[in-house]
Amino acid sequence: MQFIPISYYLIFCSVLFCIGVIGVLIKRNALLILMSVELMINSINLLLAAFSTYLNDPAGQIFVFFIMVVAAAEVAIGLAIIVVIYRTTHSIDIDVLNKLKW
Amino acid sequence: MKDLIVTLIPVFPLLGFLILGLGFNRIPKKLASLIGPGTVLISFILSFIIFVIIAAGSRRGVQTWPVTEVFNWMTFGGLSLSFSFYIDPLSALMLLVVTGVGFLIHVYSIGYMEHDQGYNRFFAYMNLFVFFMLILVMGANYLIMFIGWEGVGLCSYLLIGFWFRNQEFNNAAKKAFIMNRIGDLGFLLGMFLLFTTFGSLNYIDVFHNAKGFLPGTGVVTAITLLLFAGAVGKSAQIPLYTWLPDAMAGPTPVSALIHAATMVTAGVYMVARSNILYALAPATMTVVAVTGLVTALFAAAIAIYQNDIKKILAYSTISQLGYMFLGLGLGAFTGAMFHLITHAFFKALLFLAAGSVIHAMDGEQDIRKMGGLGSALPKTRWTFLIGTITIAGMPPFAGFFSKDEILSSVFTHSMILWVVAVTGALMTAFYMFRLYFLTFSGNFRGNIKQLQHLRDAEPVMMIPLILLAFLSVTGGIINLPALAGGSAWLHSFLGPVFADATPLLKGPVYFLDAQTDYLLVGVTIVYVAVMIVVAWSRFVKKSLIPDEATILRSPVARILTNKFYIDELYDLLFVRPSLWLSKVCHDVMEIRIIDRTVNGAGTLVVKAGNTIRYLQTGHVGFYVFMMVVGIIAILLFNLVI
Repeated sequence: MQFIPISYYLIFCSVLFCIGVIGVLIKRNALLILMSVELMINSINLLLAAFSTYLNDPAGQIFVFFIMVVAAAEVAIGLAIIVVIYRTTHSIDIDVLNKLKW
Repeated sequence: MKDLIVTLIPVFPLLGFLILGLGFNRIPKKLASLIGPGTVLISFILSFIIFVIIAAGSRRGVQTWPVTEVFNWMTFGGLSLSFSFYIDPLSALMLLVVTGVGFLIHVYSIGYMEHDQGYNRFFAYMNLFVFFMLILVMGANYLIMFIGWEGVGLCSYLLIGFWFRNQEFNNAAKKAFIMNRIGDLGFLLGMFLLFTTFGSLNYIDVFHNAKGFLPGTGVVTAITLLLFAGAVGKSAQIPLYTWLPDAMAGPTPVSALIHAATMVTAGVYMVARSNILYALAPATMTVVAVTGLVTALFAAAIAIYQNDIKKILAYSTISQLGYMFLGLGLGAFTGAMFHLITHAFFKALLFLAAGSVIHAMDGEQDIRKMGGLGSALPKTRWTFLIGTITIAGMPPFAGFFSKDEILSSVFTHSMILWVVAVTGALMTAFYMFRLYFLTFSGNFRGNIKQLQHLRDAEPVMMIPLILLAFLSVTGGIINLPALAGGSAWLHSFLGPVFADATPLLKGPVYFLDAQTDYLLVGVTIVYVAVMIVVAWSRFVKKSLIPDEATILRSPVARILTNKFYIDELYDLLFVRPSLWLSKVCHDVMEIRIIDRTVNGAGTLVVKAGNTIRYLQTGHVGFYVFMMVVGIIAILLFNLVI
């Protein structure tokens, strides 16, 4: 019982992913970059769920739950780092944060 | 019971080595001087018991002796090797010499090494040496002998370089080790060939199988020549003799024990042990005899112009070993063994007496700076004189009988050889009495400080000297020839060992009847006496002191003083080319190729890092951009593939 063809999901997720990528590339705000990364992760999640239904394999949907847990943890750490950076430099602009180099 | 005793003989010196070696300087000196000689004494007592058993058996006419297996070492393929000992009259006799003379020298060392810092180390090495020498003598196959053979070489190296702070001594030690290695390679190859030919390394099997070979077979000749190469190295014969004079860098007891009495005679023992193989190879016998004779003359000639008391004795050792090989080469195995035993007595005596002189003279070894020591060191003087007379071959001392036995067997083969051999003996008499007169007669030529404490050493050093002097005087009775009213006991004792070889040997060319023998002996004695008188008139009556200026005027003397330039020749032929090769390898291989490769790898990484680090800008956006570019590139790459 499939109402939406798998190709729609594919196109939608690709678009979503590309938006995430472009967001990461063009934004200078660390917070927004983090959000763009989340967007990319979620597009993958959606794709996993779609394929899981399409192939009648529940493993994909179980995977999605794991990824969400990991993503939550990752966001917690990422946000914590950004908070600490802000406290020390009063900025979260990644062009300012270029001290880590040779 | 007998097996147990045999097994225990080498165990005690090994124990002594382990205790002294592992305990190092924590063991008090008194205990060390108990353990060092004590373990050798126990071995001597055990050896004596074994000797009595063997002697009793040989009187009853026993012809074969059992092998004592300690443990089965390894078995693979057709090779089965057991760690086992073989005690027959030959090895029983050697056991007595090694442990007996070894014990006396150990006792002497208590006094000689008293103030040395490495006292315990010295006894540890000495015990280890005795252990390996016993293994060499007792082994029941060639491999066990080889273990001992290498072991004594190692101990020789350690003891020559005992005073390792002196670089010259270290060089002497290295020289001895390397020269021995050259010979040992021959021994090793000989063993391989033995195994492929006879399928075993056990003496009993090899000698049994050897009986099936015809005399002069090529493979037996090859085996014996290779084994003889080992003997040449170990027993310091031409061309590998130059290490022995340098080996005198070690403490004097070491020179006495290792480089005179026992280790250097290992080659003689090995040839006597393999008597059947040698009897089957007449060509090798000739080589052995010629090498021995040439060495005997050569070394004696060099000794005439040496001025270092120990070096003279070293050259005389080489020369006497040459006589032993001459005897072996002519098939006089018993004569060679007889000379080995008496030589062990009188050469140990001479070295220890020389040590006593050096001790009294504060380490001075140059006989030109001695003189007139006879009155200050009476006991040393008399024991040294006994040793000198013995080595010169005057009756009725031991050296006379043993040397005469070799000389008369030389006479039965060739009169010319006899004349040459007697010439060597005369040179021996001359240089030994030159040494004696320069050291003990005339006026004192040292400094005041030496004169003040010029006296005989303490009893612990003099008693071994006196015992050895006694043995040097009376040692001849073990093989008194029928001419002197004896029964030639050694001949009958060792007879069974050489029984299979004797029929294979070339018979005498000249028959030696009693009259001729008396004549030969008489001629030799008269000439030796003349040489002694010549030495006396030169060095006592005219009191000539050898000095550089007069010696260098005569070309012969110049060559002899410089030892025929053999060291220089070897330096030119072998040492310089190998140094040159090492230098080339170092400059080209090591520095240009290997070092450049290794350093280049390092430099490459550093340079690459220096260049690539500019990519690390610190701009997160740039990183992310590059990552995306990379991912796209990989995707495209996958599409293309």
